[in-house]
Amino acid sequence: MTKRNKTLFTAVVLAAALAASLLVDAFLPSYHIAVQVIQKATVYALVAVSMNLLNGFTGLFSLGQAGFMLLGAYAYGVLTIPVDKRASVYQYFDGGAIHFSIPEIFSGVLGETVGTTVGMLAALLVGGLLAALLAYLIGLPVLRLKSDYLAIATLGFAEILRAFFQWNALGPITNGSNLLKSYPTFSHVTPYVVLAGVMIAFIVLLINSTYGRAFKAIRDDEVAAEAMGINLSRHKRMAFVISSFFAGIGGGMMAMYMGTIAAAPFKSSLTYEILLIVVIGGIGSITGSVIASFLYIFSSEWLLRGLDSGTFLGINAPDIFKNGFRMAVFSVIIMVIVLFFRRGLMGDKELPDLPDMIRNGIRKLRAPRRRKEAGK
Amino acid sequence: MQEILPYLINGVSVGGQYALIAIGYTLVYGILRLINFAHGDVFMVAGLVMVYTTTALPMYVALPLVLIATVVLGFVIERVAYKPLRTAPRMSLMISAIGVSYLIQNLAFYITGGVPQPVTVPIPWISENVLLFGQSTKRVTLVTPVLTILLVVGLVYLINHTRMGMAMRAAAKDFETAQLMGIKINAVISVTFVIGSFLAAVGALLYFTNYPSVGITSGAMPGLKAFVAAVFGGIGSIPGAVVGAFIIGLCEELIKGLGYTTFSDAFTFALLIVVLCVRPTGLFGEKVTDKV
Amino acid sequence: MSQQILKVENATMQFGGVVAVDNLNLEINQGEIVALIGPNGAGKTTAFNVVTGVYQPTNGAVWFRGQKIIENHPHGKMKKLYKGQHAGEYHQVLSPTPDKITKLGMARTFQNIRLWKSQTVFDNVLIAKHCRSTSNFLSAAFRLNRREEAEQRRSVEELLETVGLADVKDELATSLPYGKQRRLEIARALAAEPELLLLDEPAAGMNPQETDELTAFIGQIRDQFHLTVFLIEHHMNLVMGISDRIYVLDFGKLIAQGTPAEIQNNKRVIDAYLGVAEDA
Repeated sequence: MTKRNKTLFTAVVLAAALAASLLVDAFLPSYHIAVQVIQKATVYALVAVSMNLLNGFTGLFSLGQAGFMLLGAYAYGVLTIPVDKRASVYQYFDGGAIHFSIPEIFSGVLGETVGTTVGMLAALLVGGLLAALLAYLIGLPVLRLKSDYLAIATLGFAEILRAFFQWNALGPITNGSNLLKSYPTFSHVTPYVVLAGVMIAFIVLLINSTYGRAFKAIRDDEVAAEAMGINLSRHKRMAFVISSFFAGIGGGMMAMYMGTIAAAPFKSSLTYEILLIVVIGGIGSITGSVIASFLYIFSSEWLLRGLDSGTFLGINAPDIFKNGFRMAVFSVIIMVIVLFFRRGLMGDKELPDLPDMIRNGIRKLRAPRRRKEAGK
Repeated sequence: MQEILPYLINGVSVGGQYALIAIGYTLVYGILRLINFAHGDVFMVAGLVMVYTTTALPMYVALPLVLIATVVLGFVIERVAYKPLRTAPRMSLMISAIGVSYLIQNLAFYITGGVPQPVTVPIPWISENVLLFGQSTKRVTLVTPVLTILLVVGLVYLINHTRMGMAMRAAAKDFETAQLMGIKINAVISVTFVIGSFLAAVGALLYFTNYPSVGITSGAMPGLKAFVAAVFGGIGSIPGAVVGAFIIGLCEELIKGLGYTTFSDAFTFALLIVVLCVRPTGLFGEKVTDKV
Repeated sequence: MSQQILKVENATMQFGGVVAVDNLNLEINQGEIVALIGPNGAGKTTAFNVVTGVYQPTNGAVWFRGQKIIENHPHGKMKKLYKGQHAGEYHQVLSPTPDKITKLGMARTFQNIRLWKSQTVFDNVLIAKHCRSTSNFLSAAFRLNRREEAEQRRSVEELLETVGLADVKDELATSLPYGKQRRLEIARALAAEPELLLLDEPAAGMNPQETDELTAFIGQIRDQFHLTVFLIEHHMNLVMGISDRIYVLDFGKLIAQGTPAEIQNNKRVIDAYLGVAEDA
């Protein structure tokens, strides 16, 4: 396929995605499972892409994603809970220490609808910036560590962060071990799709720029990269900060669709889940991460629900299809991918390569048949 | 002193249990350079098997069965999930380890229905209460450190004075050369996993007999802490792992004693990060320089 | 006499108790081709690693274009362990990372080819231009650096044309035959726009014909890019053919220096390479 056709193809796919999300919003109620699935999948896609930027493109095996998401989620919740709801949310902490709400401040200036939206976006941004700031601070000592030590140190930081957010002394801000709730959320899917889409597009642009090439050089051979004038600590830190920024925003969006915030869901198992999504999609493919997120969420939340509730594909076997079977099946599939399809769905290919990949795939499938026919 | 004492006693006991897990990490890391993320889950499975076997079978059958089942699990994990990736990049190996951990937890969830399984038949004798320095405590808190030390001494003897031990040391020093010199590397790695799982099973018996129940994530935290202990002591070093584990066990219990229970886990990670930044080779580790 | 570009002064590199480079002194002038030779394990690559900032020397200093870029003295644990000379003469610690040294105008190749494996030939060279680009990550992501990027791509095309790799520019670097990979590594180093080019055994593993081609190639790029070349090599045909001057290392120590003709007749050099008979 020519370069021009590839661009055209990409544009058509993206436009179709946008149209689909608008259709979903027009015809499905916001409690419909499709809406839930799309919202969750876009958030996972964003976070998976941000993780891929670090693990897949820069070769830094970091497992701190859940921690940065936690920060983004809390920042969003703390800054957007309406002032008159604070007394009930922070009931154990005298209404909390913060007595303003960013969406309300913006509504005062820009009017209710626009102001709330702008305020929500601003709160997301603050969450992202806080995550980026933290990444900047811990990046200096942590990024000097080699592969697996880096993984365990970032994992450690995420756990430390979680402990702090559950600490009662910070309760006036974080609500301690109680839930944050009653904050404004987007009930449609289009805002999620557009937000995540714009941010993923930025990451794609970055990866294809001179900095993205430098990141890949660091991944392929650090010593050679440094010898060719790439400042390792600066570039690693940059990748870490950018990745964490988007993980922070992803955390804020996750808070939106969950409706309540607690520290518990942001355990290391969340990071593992996202890492496995990245692996399924292909380490080093943005498109792969996005597709894998949708596949993963779609099948675990919707398609394979039956595996947990007695009946699947019309087979009724409550003794086998009981709670937990879905995830067990899932983890087996993941292990098969990890062991036998190490390149994942997309390898290091991207959306524009997709038509060619499909064409080659079909050719390969047909080839043996043709040989058989020739043999006759 | 009187208030701190129970925490000190507990700390030594917890430290001993961490030490038994930590050895598994340190042995595997020494040879494969892999953080075996699934090791904590192997520990958890040992706990679950203990719950199931002790309720159905007499103790003298149940306990050996726990050890055997855990050892088999460790062996199978290595053969299925790590051996095919011998020549793959280290990142793939680590991802596989995380995948195994995920798989074990989800299978355990399926089998247990996600309900923590209560320890209804604790191991007799060691779960009886005794008086120690005027404090009432279970006998297991005394047994653990002693048993840990005995097992470690045995292990160190095995590594320093047997053929298999020599092969393990050679493989840890230089994987490829050891292979070229005719060492059956797969056998060595299997033995490493068998030893690691065996010790984790012993640790699990001691740990969970003191606990009300075994949940599917019961292994994650002790596992991570034991790993930190191994790093703290200098990964690859057995005495290091043991010393590290005792220090972490003690610190953790003391922090609880001071009323900061929320931070007892966070402390371990803070310690890890400080060690990694200040002295990445740990207390007893050797310095490695990269060749250009 | 032409201007001095590199000066290594009393450089000692000690690892634990092992002195890999012992009090090395050398000078390289603008436009010269200088070779560093010596038996295996003599410390040649270590010397390169000291000059390019990969290792921090235990003692001594390095000047580049009249500016002191590296300096160190035995401190910390080394204070007691240090076995070399000139211990008290240096007081500063100046230890830039390799990328900073490359930006100053020094680029190198590696003994065991270190190309970026997943990248094409073109991208391998283009990435080396990154250190010369002036954009930040935002302007680069939003393509505000379009002109600079186009200029870099054009000069990479040109460079590939010069080194004869233009026809394989879209292939993966690792799919090239060995000799071309070596050439690509040199092209990549050239893309960083160096004044001093350091080549670590560029002819390793080449047959005589390839070696001859490489010899001509090094001369050609020296003239075309106004380079100074400092190289480590074992192929004596190449070394004797193109070097203006030669330094000889043995067991970390400089045992001889001079023109190719002088070195060929130097008894210490011959002894170092062939060994000295016990009863001689």
